[in-house]
Amino acid sequence: MILTIAHETLYRYDHPMRGVVQTQRLTPARFDGQTVLDWSVEVSGCDGASVLWGGGFRDGAGDWVQGCTVVGPVSAVSVRVTGRIETNDLSGVLRGHRERIPPEAYLRHTPATAPDVALHELAQAAVAETQEPLARAHALAGAVQAAIAYRPGVTEAHTTAAESLALGEGVCQDHAHALIAAGLCVGIPGRYVSGYLQATEDGAPHEAAHAWAELFVPGLGWVGFDASNGVCPDDRYVRLGSGRDAREAAPIRGIARGPGAESLDVTVAVNIAQQ
Amino acid sequence: MKQAEFFNEMFEDGAVRASYQGLQGWMGDMPAELRSLKQAEAEELFRRIGITFAVYGEGGDPERLMPFDMFPRVFAQEEWRRLERGVVQRAKALNAFLADVYARGEIVRAGLVPRDLVYRNEAYEAAVVGFTPPRGVFSHIVGADLVRTGPDEFFVLEDNCRTPSGVSYMLENREIMMRLFPGLFRENRIAPVDGYSEELRRTLASVAPRKCERDPTIVILSPGAYNSAYYEHSFLANLMGVELVEGQDLFVEGEFVWMRTTEGPQRVDVIYRRIDDAFIDPLCFRPDSMLGVPGLMDVYRSGGVTICSAPGAGVADDKAIYCFVPEMVRFYLGEEPILQNVPTWQCARPDDLKYVLEHLPELVVKEVHGSGGYGMLVGPKSTREQVESFRDRILAKPGNYIAQPTLSLSTCPTFVGEGVAPRHVDLRPYCLVGERVTLVPGGLTRVAMTEGSLVVNSSQGGGVKDTWVLSE
Repeated sequence: MILTIAHETLYRYDHPMRGVVQTQRLTPARFDGQTVLDWSVEVSGCDGASVLWGGGFRDGAGDWVQGCTVVGPVSAVSVRVTGRIETNDLSGVLRGHRERIPPEAYLRHTPATAPDVALHELAQAAVAETQEPLARAHALAGAVQAAIAYRPGVTEAHTTAAESLALGEGVCQDHAHALIAAGLCVGIPGRYVSGYLQATEDGAPHEAAHAWAELFVPGLGWVGFDASNGVCPDDRYVRLGSGRDAREAAPIRGIARGPGAESLDVTVAVNIAQQ
Repeated sequence: MKQAEFFNEMFEDGAVRASYQGLQGWMGDMPAELRSLKQAEAEELFRRIGITFAVYGEGGDPERLMPFDMFPRVFAQEEWRRLERGVVQRAKALNAFLADVYARGEIVRAGLVPRDLVYRNEAYEAAVVGFTPPRGVFSHIVGADLVRTGPDEFFVLEDNCRTPSGVSYMLENREIMMRLFPGLFRENRIAPVDGYSEELRRTLASVAPRKCERDPTIVILSPGAYNSAYYEHSFLANLMGVELVEGQDLFVEGEFVWMRTTEGPQRVDVIYRRIDDAFIDPLCFRPDSMLGVPGLMDVYRSGGVTICSAPGAGVADDKAIYCFVPEMVRFYLGEEPILQNVPTWQCARPDDLKYVLEHLPELVVKEVHGSGGYGMLVGPKSTREQVESFRDRILAKPGNYIAQPTLSLSTCPTFVGEGVAPRHVDLRPYCLVGERVTLVPGGLTRVAMTEGSLVVNSSQGGGVKDTWVLSE
């Protein structure tokens, strides 16, 4: 399948900022499930602020990382991603992806994925029936989907896995955090993946990019699980970057220098260009 | 007499060892009044330059003067040569280990170091995997804590690959001894240590980043004046003639890191940082850090700046990794280790646990993740009840404990009360790793000022001495 992506992130500041520093994971890495055909990332600041690209590099997880700074004063910054990418359905298996970080390095939690008693109980109960690694991973994803209903608006960016499990509700970020945390409880390395999903029939823009989790399955390697939709990523998914949690895997991490408050608008449109 | 068990660095079988002969007359000739006069002068000098360290939790002013003992600790040239070879060897092996575990992990694949011990370690930084810093060096200043138990027996207690402190004491102790006793330095051939700052500057300049095509600009990045080692940060910056900066003095723009100066931004090529990994870049590590520079890690990984020591270097000086350093020397260098590790029993292993429980009264038992002497048993100095209650703690959670033999630390003559008496000492030399691997002839000797004490930590009443290496 060939997908087209249009993804714009607009930062607005209520006071002009002295400068903005970003680290971006906005360019999909190649693996057997995806090949970039065209891709561009454009950054612009209003008020004639100049944009300076930093050095780029491929990190140990295989993601392309690009530094970017905007020299102020600036009161708005826009980051626009447009691209065409060819995808294949690999049932979530991240085959042919080049990376260096050993899976064991993901067996350390962050504040967002710190397991509590409830997560431990959920994880232990889910894997009690089987020793087979792939079946255990599927069981965890199923348990998380059953325990946390998809409901936008009840959780926030800083909600932790334990908190969303206690609420019993959340969005894709919460499902991914909970699945990573559940994996940690039973010694399965997991990580957070940010990307895009071609979800709506008409391809109309939705308000946010998508996210899911990958679990490490011996013999297969990393396998994606989208507990929000109860599936493993197929050819409707585009994988952008990964990390131990949403913050680490964020397509854009940034800091603005100055006294102003920031507001953020994200629009994403994913369309099928060719079946 | 218990004292006879310890190696005395000055007297052996009633005779003065060759390296200390130049000090025998000096010690004998010094009347008590002169000695207290000189001691007062030394303290005045230390106070004037403001070299203090902080002790917290004891009430009163936390800023203390480090007790300075005027009796030097002396190494003969040939003793030092061997020690130097051992320290340099270890520093090379530790750096080879770091370069390996952030790349292919050959030592792990070979089964010589357990995977989990490395990759699940708190100090292992996934953010630097796949990056090779300039010249492949991760730890540019390696501090080893050494103790001596005999003429040729040296043991490494621990390694420090991040930011070992205390080198300013090595330099100041020498400076003050030369002012107090200039005659000693005329009569004895003592290797100078004041080349350290130039060698440090050269080392840092030799690891300039890939994109630097000029004489590199070096800075020292400090957490600020409230840090207990701030004196050392400013002292080293002065000696090297480089800027001392804090996070807010630096910023990232484009492909480089810049320093704010009165003449406008100046590009920075090498950062000798004295702040922990977690705080150096809020975009990469702790987001609440106010001490670091946002975007620094991206510049580092794309070759625009060098950070010394490299982020992630701490995985090599971890307590659990320590046991494997002799193995690293064999694996990477194909050599036999010159310096020995202290034998360590891991209570997590059944055979080790059995030995530990059978020999508890002779051993030192420590918590794996403990520090500062808490939760520790010193067998020979404990009562029967203390030993037995500790036995229960070990049995309840064996994996939490390691045990080591009680080492017979060497002694060096030290001024006490009305005379001179042997006191236990250790040694921290500072090995520099860049284009070359070098060791300044000297180091920081710490001395336990209390009779019989084996604890040399400054927070527990330890003092410092000038450390001499005699030239040929």
